[in-house]
Amino acid sequence: MSTGTLYDKVWALHRVAELPGGQTQLFIGLHLIHEVTSPQAFAMLGERGLGVRHPERTVATVDHIVPTTDQGRPLADPLAEAMLSALEKNCADHGLRLHGFDSGQQGIVHVIAPELGLSQPGMTIACGDSHTSTHGAFGAIAFGIGTSQVRDVLASQSLALDKLNVRRISIHGSLAPGVFAKDVALHIIRRLGVKSGVGHAYEFAGSCVAAMAMEERMTLCNMAIEAGARCGYVNPDQVCFNYLHNRPCAPRGAAWQRAVAWWRSLASDGDAVYDDEVSMDAGEIAPTVTWGITPGQAMAVDEVVPTPDQLPPGERPLAQEAYRYMDLRPGQPIAGTPVDVCFIGSCTNGRISDLRDAALVARGRHVADGMKAFVVPGSQQVAQAAEAEGLDAVFTQAGFEWRRPGCSMCLAMNPDRLEGRQLSASSSNRNFKGRQGSASGRTLLMSPAMVAAAAISGVVTDVRTMLSTAKHTRTGPD
Amino acid sequence: MTPVPITTVEGRAIALQGHDIDTDRIIPARFLKIISFSGLGNHVFADDRAAAGGRHPFDYPEYQGARILVVNRNFGCGSSREHAPQALRRWGIAAVIGESFAEIFASNCLALGMPCLRGETRVVEGIQQLVQEQPDVHFRLTLAASTLHGLDRHWPLMIESGPQTMLLSGCWDATSLLLSHENELRQTALHLPYLHDFAPPG
Ligand code: SF4
Repeated sequence: MSTGTLYDKVWALHRVAELPGGQTQLFIGLHLIHEVTSPQAFAMLGERGLGVRHPERTVATVDHIVPTTDQGRPLADPLAEAMLSALEKNCADHGLRLHGFDSGQQGIVHVIAPELGLSQPGMTIACGDSHTSTHGAFGAIAFGIGTSQVRDVLASQSLALDKLNVRRISIHGSLAPGVFAKDVALHIIRRLGVKSGVGHAYEFAGSCVAAMAMEERMTLCNMAIEAGARCGYVNPDQVCFNYLHNRPCAPRGAAWQRAVAWWRSLASDGDAVYDDEVSMDAGEIAPTVTWGITPGQAMAVDEVVPTPDQLPPGERPLAQEAYRYMDLRPGQPIAGTPVDVCFIGSCTNGRISDLRDAALVARGRHVADGMKAFVVPGSQQVAQAAEAEGLDAVFTQAGFEWRRPGCSMCLAMNPDRLEGRQLSASSSNRNFKGRQGSASGRTLLMSPAMVAAAAISGVVTDVRTMLSTAKHTRTGPD
Repeated sequence: MTPVPITTVEGRAIALQGHDIDTDRIIPARFLKIISFSGLGNHVFADDRAAAGGRHPFDYPEYQGARILVVNRNFGCGSSREHAPQALRRWGIAAVIGESFAEIFASNCLALGMPCLRGETRVVEGIQQLVQEQPDVHFRLTLAASTLHGLDRHWPLMIESGPQTMLLSGCWDATSLLLSHENELRQTALHLPYLHDFAPPG
């Protein structure tokens, strides 16, 4: 059993009661809601005559179903319009803050909460969406929940949970140019497997993580769920405090000082005990691409698609299924694979630094003939910042479409989708069969810079070969 | 809210044969784009029923109003969607008997107060056969004893003691249980500095 970790401390602080079934009742400090998983929960509240216990700790946005072209109301899809209207009504009825289209703060739930300064160290954060692990970048315990649990949090601001084990994953050293947090995440999942995290919280540590900007840490924690870990986190440090300082919902003045002192006290102790520890060398990580139908079926861009005998016996049946579905042969290089659609966006890689990384590759170049390439900022604030820097112009001049914020082609609940057997290069987080809207559509996950490289050359391309001419810097103004 | 103990489920039964029936079959993904679970009952097994052209147990008139669903192995596998038990529930099912259940499906059912009981293959198949031959038999499922009665016969079933206790005591309903700790909730909130000491978001 772990002791002295941030997870242990935050768990203890939020423990309400021990429950008869052996679970713990845990207080939830911040509840984020969106249009897809909340309406049924509000209906269940209504059926029982219950209200929202902490409306001031509940924050809503609309992201999954929104079109990224025309966001005029009513939305063209009547089902999408009904879901958005239901969210608006539920928020109005219960006095909840909704960051809608006209707020200037709408966007993907896991992008807007950090940029508003809502996600803070030491909090428990829940949302009816599995990528809630993103907020762990701030040293919060943040995890996705199901619809009945959304109802539980609305009604009681708490949840019945089992405590997780804590595994520390230390990544040492520094990343080579052209290698990003997304590559680190895919590398970890490839190494440890998509189920390794089940029953665990992942603490990301080591000099490589310490050197990461907050947006990179968010990418890393976002993908913890793809390794099976319900939550992932990074201990709060000065990088985190600098990011939060002066954000609209962050503490101010004297309260800021008290907050920082408290946040510091929550970081894992030097002598903390972990249930498990793993360490990796950042220098070994290359730009990474998935070749299969789970995020764990990943490879360095300069390798060949693994042959069955290179894989553990237990993984071979799934590999066979993946070769067939993806139409890739074992032993073939992934670089050079023709791509039909390029998507830059999502809660994994739709932040300003991601767009800057992609723009560095796109600047002064043009997407390949026949390529459909589009950039979807993660939020209205990201869009605004990108437009202020002229990134939208860089992309449109290079032949990318510049869209309005939303989840877009990360999943198939809005008009952005693959058609037929199309193959996408995508900066999102899931390459499951059918994930991007076509039952036979195929997805290669990679970093935003790699997606931009694929868009330009029309085939999967090692972004490192395109960086010699585009000067590469890893630290933007943010 | 006061706990609602679930001790018995009574009514007619419906048998659905087959192993590994996943939640996508119970409620296809396209029905997730909805704002309320209430209409889901109409769509339970939508694709299977369409493919069967009305020759599906859930369409036969003699099984309308049935309360106990009898299935085979690994029922409810696949996606963790809560829509699956919700759809069954909204159709009218109040308890499920099967050879085995996918773990998440069973816990989603528990959260709705819908018991899932297991029986040996012979037992389950025997019940299914009876339901098919005589759809009008009135059954009585007794949670405390884990048995099913009907037509002067009885069948032994199994349920883990955790869920059994939760159902019998009425503690299956997480919301009520969580709300019953009003004092503890307030105490915990009181000691979280970000709720009081640092400017709360707003
Ligand atoms: S961007 Fe994708 S993973 Fe993220 S919240 Fe939206 S749908 Fe979910």
